[in-house]
Amino acid sequence: MARRKKNKEIFALGNEAVVEGALIAGCSFYGGYPITPSSEIMEIMAQRLPMSEDGVFIQLEDEIASMGAIVGASMAGRKVMTATSGPGFSLMQENLGYACMTETPLVVVNVMRGGPSTGLPTSPAQSDVQQARWGTHGDHPIIVLSASDVQECLEMTIIAFNMAEKYRTPVILLLDEITAHTREKIRIPQPDEYEVTSRIVPSIPPEWYKPYEETVRGVAPMPPIGSGYRFHVTGLTHDVNGFPTSRPDEVVDLMERMHRKIDQFFYDIQMHDELMIEDAEVVVIAYGSVARSAEYAIEQARSSGVKAGLLKLKTLFPYPRRATEKALANAKSIIVPEMNMGQISREVKRVNSGRASVRTINRVDGQIITPSEILKVIMQG
Amino acid sequence: MEITGNEIIHQYLRHNKKFPHVLCPGCGHGIVLGTLIRSVHHLGLPKDDVVIVAGIGCSGRLAVYVDFNTVHTTHGRALTFATGIKMANPKLNVICLMGDGDALSIGGNHMIHAARRNIGITALILNNNIYGMTGGQSSPATPEGAVSMTAPFGQLEKSFDTVQLACGAGANFVARGTVFHVNNLEKLMIKAIERPGFNMLEIITPCHTQFGRKNKYKTSVEMYRWLKANALDRERYEELEESKRGDKFPVGVFVERDEPGLEERYAELKARFSAGRNG
Repeated sequence: MARRKKNKEIFALGNEAVVEGALIAGCSFYGGYPITPSSEIMEIMAQRLPMSEDGVFIQLEDEIASMGAIVGASMAGRKVMTATSGPGFSLMQENLGYACMTETPLVVVNVMRGGPSTGLPTSPAQSDVQQARWGTHGDHPIIVLSASDVQECLEMTIIAFNMAEKYRTPVILLLDEITAHTREKIRIPQPDEYEVTSRIVPSIPPEWYKPYEETVRGVAPMPPIGSGYRFHVTGLTHDVNGFPTSRPDEVVDLMERMHRKIDQFFYDIQMHDELMIEDAEVVVIAYGSVARSAEYAIEQARSSGVKAGLLKLKTLFPYPRRATEKALANAKSIIVPEMNMGQISREVKRVNSGRASVRTINRVDGQIITPSEILKVIMQG
Repeated sequence: MEITGNEIIHQYLRHNKKFPHVLCPGCGHGIVLGTLIRSVHHLGLPKDDVVIVAGIGCSGRLAVYVDFNTVHTTHGRALTFATGIKMANPKLNVICLMGDGDALSIGGNHMIHAARRNIGITALILNNNIYGMTGGQSSPATPEGAVSMTAPFGQLEKSFDTVQLACGAGANFVARGTVFHVNNLEKLMIKAIERPGFNMLEIITPCHTQFGRKNKYKTSVEMYRWLKANALDRERYEELEESKRGDKFPVGVFVERDEPGLEERYAELKARFSAGRNG
């Protein structure tokens, strides 16, 4: 007899929640290389995917190969992901750019640790934010998301897959070591609770199909390799048929469409949470585990009579300009705490253009930013 | 009625691709592409099931001309993309086209690991002893003493023996052929495509434009004559005294094993779990 399952709750690491989210979203291919503090994602995938209906797991020789393998698997029709940390993320940039250029959907989770170079392997940081946006060479569009607690790790992973498939683009999910290694109770959603998006495949005959055709959404249908649609894929600048071109008119068509397919859907892509922002005179803009410290600091400030509010960024790029402008409406001062030398504060200052005073709290010593540190700056007015 | 070689080739070229191609007069790469087409035709593989994964360089540009599923990847990484494609859909025949700089220098690590894990890919390494497309710089296959744009006083480093490298790394099938010995090359290529596991075929193909001219080969014909004079069957080469080997090099099959590819072993692992689920 069928009975409705009760809500399933588990006690999980942020990294475990990422795997749960990926499997709900339909991920069936993981290719990776171990690196602290992301390795649990790979280890759990190594156990879960071979046991699932059609899942494939493979450990590659390095992160360059990891990215190559997931791009290949995505072209063969799979929903794919890999996970890494700073040093591995650096190695992935080459083929990440290839994925942008060929418009191949994939998800990369980067559990950020202190850098540069080998840096602080087991300590938290948020120092890969601008790298996630601009790490690979050339003008390219990309989506960068973040998560601040374990439940969000699950939810944002599902959203990352959906956006990757919907917009035919790589999506980077940035976690920090604290979020990834915090263990807390989370709720596993019901199977039908989240909408799961898959890429559109062509319905027209193969001889009519143009792999990089202009469409209203800017995204062309993408058939899996081996399904009868034979075409050319290249990292070279290409025309609508996928053949290399250097004709200026064709080059500009490609570049403009590639950017427009993201730009015209800002309303869908740019995600954020607001907390007591309407009347806030002091607004904290934060993301990742720091947003949790900020939330506590704001509650404390409110109980002392200070009109403080929080803008928590879930999408980091394309940077949520509209949400920031709204938060700026009544604000006299903005505080941007982050575990780096000031990477999102640059974006905030750009949107602010001198309207409110912007103060930053930066830690790069591998330590968490505490609520009391943020509270202290809020109380300075 | 028997169809001619050209008619076969025309069946497999892309009609909507703008010709002429990028290759120089005298280049051996076209012979490799023709051989690849005849090999696929001989095996009767449906076009939809063939995936050509190419790296960067002159060899990488071959993929665009043929009517298969073609993926022109990044420099040295063709095997990584091919690994993903094969694991995602083991039914596909995945063939990699790589150059010597591509497969042995920047992609050397991927090459030895693809051989070690014995993934079901055909790796065709087009060895012209030079970086052709970038203008004639030394590659790991440039012979000691040869002149290149980055070794104007002669190459000081030793070159890789591609065959020994693939043997040592554990490939299922390792062979070498040349574009002069086309019939033999076709036989080797057919084997390299139809056999299970990782199959490496090194193809010696002359580059007169970037290598020959700087190394005292007056015409590309001289380079083909050199291939004719120096390629020896593996058995005959091994019988030859070491002092008499000189420029001679062995061609033929070096390793031929039937171990299952990684994708087959993975399928066995999955079958264990699905038996558990259904039983």
